[in-house]
Amino acid sequence: MRITVTVDGTRYTDDVEPRTLLVHYLREQLGKVGTVVGCDTSNCGACTVHLDGHSVKSCSVLAVQADGCEVTTVEGLARDGTLHPVQQAFHDNHALQCGFCTPGMIMQSIDLLADNPDPDEQAVREGIEGNLCRCTGYQNIIRAVQDAAHHMRPGAGPEAERVAGGDQSAAGRAASSVGGGGE
Amino acid sequence: MTSTLEPEVGRARLRKEDARLITGRTRWTDNFTLPGLVHLAVLRSTEAHAKIVSIDTSAAKEMPGVLAVYTADDLDPEGSIGMPCAWPITPDMASPRRPVLAQGEVNFAGEGVAVVVARSAAEAEDALASIDVEYEDLPVVLGLENALAEGAPLVHEDLGTNRNAVWKFDSGEAGSGGDVEQAIAEAEVVVKRRFRQQRLVPAFMEPRSCVVDPTAAQLTMWSATQVPHILKTMAALTLGIPEHKLRVIAPDVGGGFGGKIAVLPEEIMALLVARKLGKPVKWTESRSETMVAAHHGRDQIQDLTIAARRDGTVTGLKVELLADMGAYLGLVGPGVPILGAFMFNAIYKIPAYHFACTNVFTNTTLTDAYRGAGRPEATFGIERMMDELAAELGMDPMELREKNWIKHDEFPYTTVSTLTYDSGNYEAATERAMQLFDYEGLRREQRERRERGDTVQLGIGISTFTEMCGLAPSRVLGSLDYGAGGWEHAAIRMLPTGKVEVVTGSSAHGQGHETAWSQIVADQLGVPFDDVEVLHGDTQSSHKGLDTYGSRSLAVGGIAVVKAAEKVIAKAKPLAAHMMECAEDDLEFANGRFTVRGTDKSTGIQDVAFAAFMAHDLPEGMEPSLDSEAVYDPENFSFPHGTHLCAAEVDTETGRVHLRSYVCVDDVGAVVNPLIVEGQIHGGLAQGIAQALYEEAVFDEFGTLTSGTFADYLLPSAADLPSFTTDRTETRSTTNPLGVKGVGEAGTIASTPAVVNAVVDAVRHLGVDDIEMPLTPMRVWQAIRTGRSAAGGPGAEAGGGLGSIDSTQGGAR
Ligand code: FES
Ligand code: FES
Repeated sequence: MRITVTVDGTRYTDDVEPRTLLVHYLREQLGKVGTVVGCDTSNCGACTVHLDGHSVKSCSVLAVQADGCEVTTVEGLARDGTLHPVQQAFHDNHALQCGFCTPGMIMQSIDLLADNPDPDEQAVREGIEGNLCRCTGYQNIIRAVQDAAHHMRPGAGPEAERVAGGDQSAAGRAASSVGGGGE
Repeated sequence: MTSTLEPEVGRARLRKEDARLITGRTRWTDNFTLPGLVHLAVLRSTEAHAKIVSIDTSAAKEMPGVLAVYTADDLDPEGSIGMPCAWPITPDMASPRRPVLAQGEVNFAGEGVAVVVARSAAEAEDALASIDVEYEDLPVVLGLENALAEGAPLVHEDLGTNRNAVWKFDSGEAGSGGDVEQAIAEAEVVVKRRFRQQRLVPAFMEPRSCVVDPTAAQLTMWSATQVPHILKTMAALTLGIPEHKLRVIAPDVGGGFGGKIAVLPEEIMALLVARKLGKPVKWTESRSETMVAAHHGRDQIQDLTIAARRDGTVTGLKVELLADMGAYLGLVGPGVPILGAFMFNAIYKIPAYHFACTNVFTNTTLTDAYRGAGRPEATFGIERMMDELAAELGMDPMELREKNWIKHDEFPYTTVSTLTYDSGNYEAATERAMQLFDYEGLRREQRERRERGDTVQLGIGISTFTEMCGLAPSRVLGSLDYGAGGWEHAAIRMLPTGKVEVVTGSSAHGQGHETAWSQIVADQLGVPFDDVEVLHGDTQSSHKGLDTYGSRSLAVGGIAVVKAAEKVIAKAKPLAAHMMECAEDDLEFANGRFTVRGTDKSTGIQDVAFAAFMAHDLPEGMEPSLDSEAVYDPENFSFPHGTHLCAAEVDTETGRVHLRSYVCVDDVGAVVNPLIVEGQIHGGLAQGIAQALYEEAVFDEFGTLTSGTFADYLLPSAADLPSFTTDRTETRSTTNPLGVKGVGEAGTIASTPAVVNAVVDAVRHLGVDDIEMPLTPMRVWQAIRTGRSAAGGPGAEAGGGLGSIDSTQGGAR
């Protein structure tokens, strides 16, 4: 089947098997290997991406379901070398060790903050419950999400992401409104 | 030396590694593709124990995209290839051949039976269903005691026994203490307990994967492994590949926790297939495969007897273990429980000690190292026993520990199991932890809840642990019949522009070596942190190493880096003297500069490196290079310790456990990067708590793993864990120049008994003195109602905490 998908600001038209999972399409056909696979039962969340601005586990979405959609992966978050505030906060708060869960954690955290720009600890714990991390014990991830929330006020979310490819002025605005970044 | 720069060691540097990991610019093994790459998929046995009557691969070979299908008879017709076990713990250890693919017989459900090679991973996977295997069932051996029973069926008929080995230590015989039987006979108080260490799955987040390229100049293997150097040597020995023709690369590796200390049948298979076809091959497992085929951890029955006087003085400890090896021996599997032999006596002065461990074969996935390897089991045993003894004596459990532990002014102290602890201060760590925890306040609340018969009871769990880290002095490993030394290698390359490349044999998979090693080198050489690049995990650049496990990286590999840096400075010194026309003795080195004593004349090491590169004007006979390498063999283990305190609320009506607070004060010696140390503690705690409350690998009576996915095996999510309060005291190790001890396993080792002690303490007044792990609501509830603590044998319910979480806080995924 032929699909057209915009991934991290680039439009792709491809033939895919009806059974191909979005995550396999991303990794194998598009070379978007920043998104990873950690399980085969949709439990780990390592494969989390945004589909039209909302987080999905890309191992439980068929590539054909993404036809006509915009996909954002962890590779498409940084703007002109400036990290997304959630990426920055993960770095600043030592919220990763091996980093395998990190792409999914970051994508899920952004989605969580779009829904709830000022989550308390419990809200973060529940919001990332579908994403497993074996390394960190989660404490620093929670700190990072709250730290990012602080830097992102009044909120980033889907609007900030959709600008990836085209509209430069919007991109510039988004980058400055999300603020925070920079080493 | 006067220091003007802020030292790097001790700074909470943000990690260098993060930049690629947070942006998805990662190099996981499964990310690699090569021209002409083909994919492997392994057909796995559905039976735990059976004869293979026939394997029909003809239909699979006709499937689209399939290049070949192989069985053991195709890959190893002679049946001569056996996966290596590097730790023959006794000379007469019974050791079955572990084939690359099952040959004639399958011995656990999940063992590889055939391998498909196809153009795509999906096509390889598709073809598996077309392979027809006929099995003839054999009796399935499950459960340690069943396996050892008279007339039990055998896992390996040809071995004539299910007993792998019996390993003993006795302080009376060793001369390191008294006779334990006498101590027990003469004791005023004797407490006996049987504890069960359930089986766990290491569950690193990145599934295992390898890529083999036979078209490269050196046969090259990328693998998601903790041990690229060991893998290279072992693969060469296993297949008779000349070692210099093989290159192993561990690129970004997504966690290990001991689970990636292995030489995999799949790695050997990939080498064989790649060479046969002359094409690059890739094997990446699914999570379901990881669960059944990657080695598991723990799985012991512990029979413990502690002898004491009425005043609480411990007079003897007897430890008898049964340890489940699974169906075959892993790379270091037989030695894992033996590491516990040195740790059951823990921080205590125990005058008489006996340890005996019987390793047993069953028709299950093999077991091997999992975070802590032998030491969590031992720490659990002794820390549970201290609580049981305290209850028996009616003493406060902390007071009992204090009465028996080694005092800070008694170091160095040689223990009853013959290790010499160089340093420690248990009093200091405990005092700090008690303050942070509000021990007195919580005890008060506990009394109040008991008095008013609250349905939610409060318990306090203690774990005052130590561990042996920095594996290991080579001579000690030799005396334990381990198949390698314990040294580590480092090299420093001073580049012409003054930048520095550090090569290390410690291969990181999430620990942050690139950052920590940069900090060490920045201090040693006085160069900027950002001028240092750390190279690891590729046998071509890092040709020598013994890799990462046993909290050894910093205490062994980090010290090798220090030694290499010292050699760089020693090499630079004559050149610096030559450049400044002074005597070497007049030079002092600090903050990266050689200064002529008593003058303001100086030159930086980076300038010296440039002069060495130019080599136009060197002192007579000097080789034009500052590059140096060092191999460091530690003289002793290091002994981190700490005091962990857990407060648990137990709902006596539902059995639900809620961790109200968790405080730990760890003493890991000097700290290179406090951020990394804290992260290691957090992650370790999560794994130790998960053993106490959630995780269990459960087999049904047919030997099928019933907790074989992340839906059934309850790896805790963020919603299942509490926040931790962590702090440190700092007693430097006296046996290495940095004063460091290691931190990778501390949290896991300490936390499991702290949690179980807390839960038992909460309900002890209701007649409960043990609950087998994991402490599911059902088990806790049952223990309260019936006093039954056992979790049940093979075929029992899958454990785990699905119901242990307040439904409003999630938990069911
Ligand atoms: S890969 Fe585990 S949830 Fe998608
Ligand atoms: S950082 Fe390793 S799994 Fe989360």
